[in-house]
Amino acid sequence: MLKTFLDVAIAGLLMGGIYAIIAVGFSLQYGVARVLNVSHGEFIMLGAFITWTLFTICGVNPLVSLVIVGPVIFIIGFILYRIYFNPLRASSPSVGAFEGSSLLATFGLLYIIQNVAIIIWGAEVKGYASQYLTSSINILGAVFPTNRLVSLGFAIAIILVFYIFLARTRLGKAIRAAAQDEVTAAHVGVNVTRVLAICFGLGALMAGMGGTLISLMYSIQPTMGFQYTVIALIVVVLGGLGSILGSLIGGFILGIVGSVVSYWQPALSLVAYYFIFMLLLLIKPTGIMGK
Amino acid sequence: MSPKNYLILGISLVILIILAILPLYAQPYNIVLLTTIFMYVVLTVSWVIFSGPTRYISLAPAAFFGVGIYVAALLGRELPLLAFVAVGGLCSFVLALLVGFLTLRLRDTYFTIFTFGLVELIRHFLLFWETNITGTRGRIVVLIDNDVVFYVMLGIFVVTLLVAYLIRRSKFGLALRSIGENEVAAVHRGINVTMVKALTFAISAFFMGATGAIMATKWTYIDPYVAFNPLFSFLPVLMAIFGGMSQLYSPIIGAVIFTYLEEVLTTRLPYYYMLIFGLVLVVAIKYLPDGLVGLVPRLIRRWRKKFPAEPQAST
Repeated sequence: MLKTFLDVAIAGLLMGGIYAIIAVGFSLQYGVARVLNVSHGEFIMLGAFITWTLFTICGVNPLVSLVIVGPVIFIIGFILYRIYFNPLRASSPSVGAFEGSSLLATFGLLYIIQNVAIIIWGAEVKGYASQYLTSSINILGAVFPTNRLVSLGFAIAIILVFYIFLARTRLGKAIRAAAQDEVTAAHVGVNVTRVLAICFGLGALMAGMGGTLISLMYSIQPTMGFQYTVIALIVVVLGGLGSILGSLIGGFILGIVGSVVSYWQPALSLVAYYFIFMLLLLIKPTGIMGK
Repeated sequence: MSPKNYLILGISLVILIILAILPLYAQPYNIVLLTTIFMYVVLTVSWVIFSGPTRYISLAPAAFFGVGIYVAALLGRELPLLAFVAVGGLCSFVLALLVGFLTLRLRDTYFTIFTFGLVELIRHFLLFWETNITGTRGRIVVLIDNDVVFYVMLGIFVVTLLVAYLIRRSKFGLALRSIGENEVAAVHRGINVTMVKALTFAISAFFMGATGAIMATKWTYIDPYVAFNPLFSFLPVLMAIFGGMSQLYSPIIGAVIFTYLEEVLTTRLPYYYMLIFGLVLVVAIKYLPDGLVGLVPRLIRRWRKKFPAEPQAST
């Protein structure tokens, strides 16, 4: 009984770490930059594929490529916001209108990134999970593969670093100010346009790094992104749209829920996710940490 | 009625008659293509019926379309053609009414993600149901002659346009527009916002469901992935944005151009089609706020500014 419980709980935590890192990035993009980025999963896919390419062609250690993937995806996200979303925001009559049109634009982006990836890498399934960190670790009788534990560790470390960055640095303060009230933030000297672009870039960076960690555990393909977008969406609604801490907690909750449901009835886990999601939207759309 | 209205009515009737006698002369391929165009036009116009004036972005068309498809698969052999098409529409109508009343409190983005989640929830639930309870994945749909499908689709197309036209002109349409402009003010004017929104949403869903039911007969085999493909939610939105939503005919233009593009590209360059689909969406949102139809007056205005007309000789 205890062993089953531990099995399910730790498996949930392992999944939850990945969910959390994906959702924190997603939440940052929506909470501050006001873009509900439906192509978030595509940035995850990009991160996974860059890591795969570096590993199979150049032999770069996947954990080292975190340092390469992060900045590359950050720059893509930053530039994208600067040249596309920022002018769109400026020409939108209201925040609501901008949210609507940017949401639809990211659907376009989803198809662009996905199909460019198919053209570059091909549509078939790839992966190196069977060639790297294949040993396993025994925790109180429950056996877990090392790669999962390593990726959980890195996910938590990345989120912690990010949290400290938000709490302690000047730029972090500017981001929080812009999230609370753009107009006032601009009045006290925050370059809001730049801060929003940085937020979008940081969100993309988290997605890319999440993609690297995912590629440690699972096989990858260009159409893999969407399922992670959906998970990020659910976690963020669970934790409260725009709340970083909420996304972190929501990620682990969803991980554990998913693990429990799949233990009981594997085919139902996605149905359960959507069910929770829709129920939450109806009962408490602001989520557990929302105001 | 003014002479201009008579002219429009006359032209519409002539087009309708030409379309109606087309199957006697045209190639079967063209009939199939036209049927697909009608399908997208109906999906797009019915999407605009609700989302155009109210500005609530619904990503639920795939859900209503899929419900119609499943009705056809389940009842296609039990009921006559028109009956199961109507049942398909009615099931979607009821579902939309339910969703409409449930989601009334949700604003903007929340409504959009809810409708999006709806499609995925239904799809995954059906997948679970089919693999674990019934043990069969997918269904065979009754096969119907291409020309018959064409005529039914033409009928739905005409009715959809008529309803869209009547709603636009009625007090009901005015109420819808005022909800889009300012919902709080609409409530204060005594509009039953709840009722108007839910009912319009349901009417638009009826046409999507009926379309799904008749189009399902062309696919012969369906499963949850085919029926509840989220692309059927995005394509109508894209076509509406691309064509514009200001006039009744503007979404039709968007739908026709895009269906043709899909027809030409999907078979030859499937990945490039999706790539172009994405690019057009991204570009249209930024540069065509009023759609293709809105572009023409804008270009004329710009052209006039650049080359001011010669001063008129009149007083």
